[in-house]
Amino acid sequence: MDTRRVSSAVPRVRQVGFFTPNTPAHQPAPTRSQSGPPTSDSPPLSDSPASNSLSPVMIPPPRHLSDNLGGRAYALPVPGRGNAGEHATVGSYNPSESVLWLESPPRSRIGDEELSEGTESSLGWYRRSNSAKVASSLPSGGFDLSQVKQPESVAAVEAKNPLPEKSEAQKEQASNPKSLKAKTTKAERRALQESQRAAKAASKAEANKSNAPGGAASSKPMKQPPQKKDGPPVASSVAASERGVDRPVEKERKKDLPPPRMQFDDESRVDKAKRRSLLNQPEARNRVELFRHLPPHKNGSQLPYLESKFFELHEMHPSVYKVGLQYLTGDTSGGNARCIAMLQAFQEAIRDYSTPPEKTLNRDLTSKIGGFVSFLIECRPLSMSMGNAIRFLKSRIARLPLTLSESEAKAALCSDIDRFINEKIVLADKVILRHAATKIRDGDVLLTYGSSCVVEMILLYAHEIGKQFRVVVVDSRPMLEGQKQLRRLVAKGLSCTYTQLNAISYVMHEVTRVFLGASSIFSNGTVYSRVGTASVAMVAHAFHVPVLVCCEAYKFHERVQLDSICFNELGDPDAVSKVPGREDVNYLDNLTDKQKENLQLLNLKYDATPSDYISVIVTDYGMIPPTSVPVIVREYRKEYLLI
Amino acid sequence: MADSLQNPKPNVSAYYQTRAAHHAVVTSDWLAQAQAAVSIQTDDDSSGSDGRIAPVTGGKGYDKAFSVIDEFNSWRKQPDLAEAVAAIRALAAVIRASQATTMMELEIELKKASDSLKAWDSTSISLTAGCDLFMRYVTRTSALEYEDFNSARSRLIERAEKFGEISCKARRIIAMLCQDFIFDGCTILVHGFSRVVFEVLKTAAQNKKHFRVFCTEGRPDRTGLRLSNELAKLDVPVKLLIDSAVAYTMDEVDMVLVGADGIVESGGIINMMGTYQIALVSHSMNKPVYVAAESYKFARLYPLDQKDLGPALRTIDFGVPIPSKVEVEKSARDYTPPQYLTLLFTDLGVLTPSVVSDELIQLYL
Repeated sequence: MDTRRVSSAVPRVRQVGFFTPNTPAHQPAPTRSQSGPPTSDSPPLSDSPASNSLSPVMIPPPRHLSDNLGGRAYALPVPGRGNAGEHATVGSYNPSESVLWLESPPRSRIGDEELSEGTESSLGWYRRSNSAKVASSLPSGGFDLSQVKQPESVAAVEAKNPLPEKSEAQKEQASNPKSLKAKTTKAERRALQESQRAAKAASKAEANKSNAPGGAASSKPMKQPPQKKDGPPVASSVAASERGVDRPVEKERKKDLPPPRMQFDDESRVDKAKRRSLLNQPEARNRVELFRHLPPHKNGSQLPYLESKFFELHEMHPSVYKVGLQYLTGDTSGGNARCIAMLQAFQEAIRDYSTPPEKTLNRDLTSKIGGFVSFLIECRPLSMSMGNAIRFLKSRIARLPLTLSESEAKAALCSDIDRFINEKIVLADKVILRHAATKIRDGDVLLTYGSSCVVEMILLYAHEIGKQFRVVVVDSRPMLEGQKQLRRLVAKGLSCTYTQLNAISYVMHEVTRVFLGASSIFSNGTVYSRVGTASVAMVAHAFHVPVLVCCEAYKFHERVQLDSICFNELGDPDAVSKVPGREDVNYLDNLTDKQKENLQLLNLKYDATPSDYISVIVTDYGMIPPTSVPVIVREYRKEYLLI
Repeated sequence: MADSLQNPKPNVSAYYQTRAAHHAVVTSDWLAQAQAAVSIQTDDDSSGSDGRIAPVTGGKGYDKAFSVIDEFNSWRKQPDLAEAVAAIRALAAVIRASQATTMMELEIELKKASDSLKAWDSTSISLTAGCDLFMRYVTRTSALEYEDFNSARSRLIERAEKFGEISCKARRIIAMLCQDFIFDGCTILVHGFSRVVFEVLKTAAQNKKHFRVFCTEGRPDRTGLRLSNELAKLDVPVKLLIDSAVAYTMDEVDMVLVGADGIVESGGIINMMGTYQIALVSHSMNKPVYVAAESYKFARLYPLDQKDLGPALRTIDFGVPIPSKVEVEKSARDYTPPQYLTLLFTDLGVLTPSVVSDELIQLYL
């Protein structure tokens, strides 16, 4: 999925500074990256006509700010075409991208026209410096800011927290595109290296952030020509500047995502940009460096505004929009719930869909779905279950026989979705219940962590069939998901104990079995689940308590992950410092800005549990040891490809 | 022994009763007598089977009086025959005696027979596994039915017969695979009397390898005594240990070789009581633990701990009367988790414990 997009093996030639990306617009948008100087893969690509048309230095002129805002639409993540996961290699030279890029020449052209090379460079430089100033940590030279207007500075910031060398390079580039190629190359290489290092994996990042301030951080966006449009960089630079802690490290943001396939419809891009820019929050402060590659959290404070926009959608289907907002606010959470909500929204969208003239259903619908998915990613990064479901849906669409009429095709797709939900989730859960209930004996003390719907079902089912056991519910801040589950269990009459994660080793000695849910399981048997699960599993292992992970097979993924860092999701950092209901616990509230610089709040959502701590994985294929996950992935993929 | 409809001693695992019988020192006279007795009994039983369980006839009249359980028992009494093979042969007899005219009917009969066999002795893993395996084979065959019923049926019977040969061949295959692991001058610790392991050692002796064997006494079955008897006949240097002396002698041991009653999905094994102990000691002293077992022993069980297995109890004779207040741990087998096992020698090849689940998935899914 997204992660695949990000870590493409193709070397991303990144142009430091403002180079336009001849490059791969297909990079998923790290909208952020769009800003400014997307590192384009340019030097090699500079040969392409498209790239040539743009001057190397893409410095959005200030006056185009508004344009940019509109134009920022690309967002990009998840190009409609292709799989969610298969984004074009970053930095690869993709002719189609060039075409895409060409489509929006006007903007860039304008930018070019407005800036003389010299100015460009200087502007770019200034931008850099501005951003540097803004960042307050960039060792930019003493550039004077006078010339640079705010937007420009923003753009500069966007351009990425350029390194001085980069700016130099850019400057040079600006002045002499041709001769600079050589220099640029070096800088690019450097930039490329940095971007590659930084841009690991995961996170979609594409979305808004890239448009917004995020853009600044990630120069990666440079790769996407469309994104590069002046507009976005400006906007993003604004956001970027707001980031208090812009450091050179910012450029390491993983914005190196392959640009998402953009919609070709400008109007939609505008809409999306607007929407997206609203969704973006300039939340740049207090971010932990190690996790800068992950997209920052979007909280739901914009909800009222977004809700009001519900009726202004044209590109976005209302049910998809609704689901997106539900994700954003956290109303819908949990792998199964999110996946089902998304699939049902897609079903609605497919039912209301009608093929535009001159287009085939397959392609157009796929691109539409891609657009929906990008929106959902902006609201909240995809979970693995959703990613697999999207892949399934896209493969079904691609597999539709061309002889079907539109209504037949739509009906077939809707029934496929129904079947998927039914077989892979509902029935799978029933099978898991049966298997797992055989492992519960009378007198057991079962421990569960957080709130997994499958585990809850298992406990209720075992209780129904008359097994005598008691439950220990372990919970953790800041989400406190266990409380909801506790309430439901107690309502059904189970005897429960409730405690927090810090008491896990205290409680573990009396526990006989541990039941955990999972967001996904990777091919090396690593379980990717709510943060804290790894701790529970480790303590259970130390106490020789068997750990049972209950997960439907559709959530398995062929990825391999060794740690919790390269791919994860960030939550709201403020939730860590605030305790709801305890207003007196406000020690972190009145820090000065200087102090705040030293404080970095981290709120991770997921973690990876190594397979050694897992005794058995209960799936709808039966009980399997963690080493057999790749076998299931192999068999399972075959099966759903053949459906 | 257990000729009746029900297992006469429900508290004692029939499987282990049989093993115990096998383990007893048997003279040929005794064997002849026993077999004679058995055949008379089955004849008696076969006639007038009113009260008998006739699962396969399914109401086809009592003159059939065919009891799969009796059939099974008769096969099982042969000391050299594996449980699963006996089960499959019994099921083959079911097919032969069946009067079904369609595959579906035959399948249903077989399913009933298989269920009754499994219910009769629920503790025997290889029995269950063998039945499941055969049923799986039958289902797959019937799914490909494009031939007439009779030829399909004869194919099934033939396959069942072949299964018996496969079983013997399996032992030889395993013995051949094992040879590379037994080097000259090595010391092998053996626990329990597994016919597969015995075959391995026999083959090694025949190949003129120089090795010596430590046998644990194997209380209460006295398997060690029997094994040492047999090995002595082969001129293999044998040393008998009491079960508690395993850790003491582990230094001198190069490898541990055990059989298995069943291999479970996690890759662990279920074997005679004491195997887990030995595996733990060897693991902590870095000695490899090898398991030699045929592939039909792969079972779809997944025990999480020792108590997760169905109980298989056997009587233990301490030689002196025990006061009734004293409880005795009567379980006859234990579960060794896969992390303590090094390799599995099966007729499918030399495997690591994690492969078991892969094989099972491919077989059953």
